[in-house]
Amino acid sequence: MSAHSPEDISKHVRIYIIVFLALLVGTVVTVGLNYLHFDSKAVTIGIALFVAVIKATLVACYFMHLISEKKMIYVILGFTVFFFAALLVLTLSSYGDLPELTTTR
Amino acid sequence: MDIPYTSTARPDTGIYNAKVGIWLFLASEVMLFGALFSSYILLRVGALPGDWVHGLLNIPIGTFNTAVLITSSVTVVLGWASLQAGNFGRYKVYQAVTILCALGFLGIKSFEYREKFSHYEVWLKNPVTVKHGHKEVKTDRILGHIEYQGHHPYFWRTKTLADKKVEAFKIEVDPYHYSLTPKELAHARAESKGHKHEVLEIKSSDVKRLSAFTPSHGPYFAIYFTLTALHALHVLGGALVIFYIWGPGAKMWKTDPQRYMNRVEVSGLFWHFVDLVWIFLFPVLYLL
Repeated sequence: MSAHSPEDISKHVRIYIIVFLALLVGTVVTVGLNYLHFDSKAVTIGIALFVAVIKATLVACYFMHLISEKKMIYVILGFTVFFFAALLVLTLSSYGDLPELTTTR
Repeated sequence: MDIPYTSTARPDTGIYNAKVGIWLFLASEVMLFGALFSSYILLRVGALPGDWVHGLLNIPIGTFNTAVLITSSVTVVLGWASLQAGNFGRYKVYQAVTILCALGFLGIKSFEYREKFSHYEVWLKNPVTVKHGHKEVKTDRILGHIEYQGHHPYFWRTKTLADKKVEAFKIEVDPYHYSLTPKELAHARAESKGHKHEVLEIKSSDVKRLSAFTPSHGPYFAIYFTLTALHALHVLGGALVIFYIWGPGAKMWKTDPQRYMNRVEVSGLFWHFVDLVWIFLFPVLYLL
């Protein structure tokens, strides 16, 4: 990332502002939808995480410039994604065969 | 010995070394937060029915703090773009806003923490009747702020009652409990708006357990404080680095501008990661 022309920079700045506004809108949407209280818990969690993933993708792609990075960075991130997924799947697999929980109340 | 390729790109990778370094570091950070996120899921799925705390955090404040952090993220990248355009003065202004936002975030977070440390749950030996909105409910678990000898104490535990020889205390009862479903909770909240909190006098001998909303309250607050405190440490660390580059380290702009821009970029990458973590923390801890 060097030797950018002034036009390039002002184009980038415009993108940064748009992403910023999108992130604010995403935040408002998440909070707003949460006040609707869907009956299904899965729907509530699904929507909130879906919006969060979109916001995170925007930050990673544009603020962190992942949309146009060198191959080396993608290689590092590929390993990260793999091990992160393994971490989640392996620990959460303990919930594969769980007896019904009982209440204390 | 000088570290090679701090300002120019290394021919085989095509990037300067510090950028590879920060991405490797961020990869390890993903694993750190990932482990804690999976702890969160395990604790939540494993919580007994009615025991998972939800709806007790201040959503408007959390939303505002999210906006503060997002703002700081865009000012970082705008500051960096200003340097690319050779405008050092504008960079200084943008990064000043970043640092102020970081301090604002931490200030708001500590205000939230403080509120939790003086907010209590009391488990009673025998149920009492309290108001949930317009309804009267018999319950042995109440939430609220404690008053003792004109003070609102912080960090009390069950043992504190014996240690301080407290015979009785007052509690301003919240008209809701987190064991309600989110819908019921919102309903009870809305109904009770504008009403005064009912004040109960509780004898210490009737108390089975008492806890402020500290990590020892239960799994939710344990993981809440672990995650948010670790995140806050990252905000603090990131802000210190950005401040150093912005202030005392700014001389480098004159001697080696490319390396200086790289420093700003690398510290910015860390900062965006901190923002990214919060993007997940906010819904997971405040809303769901």
